[in-house]
Amino acid sequence: MTRYDWLLFLHVLAAFSLVAAEVLFTFLILSGRNLDVPSDVARIFRLSRVGEVLLNAGLIGVLIFGIWLAIEVDGYKLWDGWVIAALVLWAVFADVSGRVGKVYNAARDRARALVAENRNEPSPELSAILRSQTGLVLQAASVVIVLLFLIDMIYKPGA
Amino acid sequence: MLAAIRPDSWNFPLLLHVVGATVLVGGLVVAVAAQFLGGRRPDDAAAFGRVAFRALLFVAFPAWWVMRVGGQWIYSKEGLDELDPEPGWVGVGFVTADFGGLLLLVSIVLGGLGARGLSRTGGESSLLARIATVLAAVVLVAYLVAMWAMTAKPD
Repeated sequence: MTRYDWLLFLHVLAAFSLVAAEVLFTFLILSGRNLDVPSDVARIFRLSRVGEVLLNAGLIGVLIFGIWLAIEVDGYKLWDGWVIAALVLWAVFADVSGRVGKVYNAARDRARALVAENRNEPSPELSAILRSQTGLVLQAASVVIVLLFLIDMIYKPGA
Repeated sequence: MLAAIRPDSWNFPLLLHVVGATVLVGGLVVAVAAQFLGGRRPDDAAAFGRVAFRALLFVAFPAWWVMRVGGQWIYSKEGLDELDPEPGWVGVGFVTADFGGLLLLVSIVLGGLGARGLSRTGGESSLLARIATVLAAVVLVAYLVAMWAMTAKPD
């Protein structure tokens, strides 16, 4: 395998990690909308740790190996329109996913606090956070950004 | 190394293939992670068994079809079906996609039966769910190997 092969493989692996995190968080958020018992919420949100690892590895990996590829490959330049678009999408995605994390980490932390206080009856407060339109809209936006990322990488507009 | 710019008509089938493959791997990751967490705390086995089953059935299974249809489409577009012999990476792709699809189907059935058994009996572990976990993990590894073959394209 050449260095280009390795870089491409690692870049794509990071992209898979990012999408896996998106799938996991979307799955969690949609599942969480039907929950209101604190122990159920705390339990299912144990999966979010896996998502955080995948998301961080994916975000760092796509950026580092993507920039390295743009430098390594003769036909690509860092200032190509589609590369700049990818960098902008990366920054917007990082911001949006951080906001999503704030909404649902609050739900997870509240659920854990209620469990610790032995208050395991259905909680309207918890349910309201989990059914928040803001969280859902932000997650939908992050999914759309990832899709735009993939479209940009494959179509390479302007290349 | 020159950048590989493909004809525009190849892009949509490739996008379908890639979106399907990435979501498929995502669904498998959710299922394997849920089964793993369920296995660590027996009290949670039933709840995580259901999560794993739903991830396989509602995420991984539809994504497999998108990946497979997109793969066949791009295979035909690129004229790989006219090559004799086929490159090795194409063979790796077909074997992992099709055999992996079969294993995925078996893991959905076993995972569903295991989750139902755990819910009904309130049991702490299920042999069927454990087998489903192992199968889903094998499929996940196979698809990561396929991903390597698709990107590195070894002869």
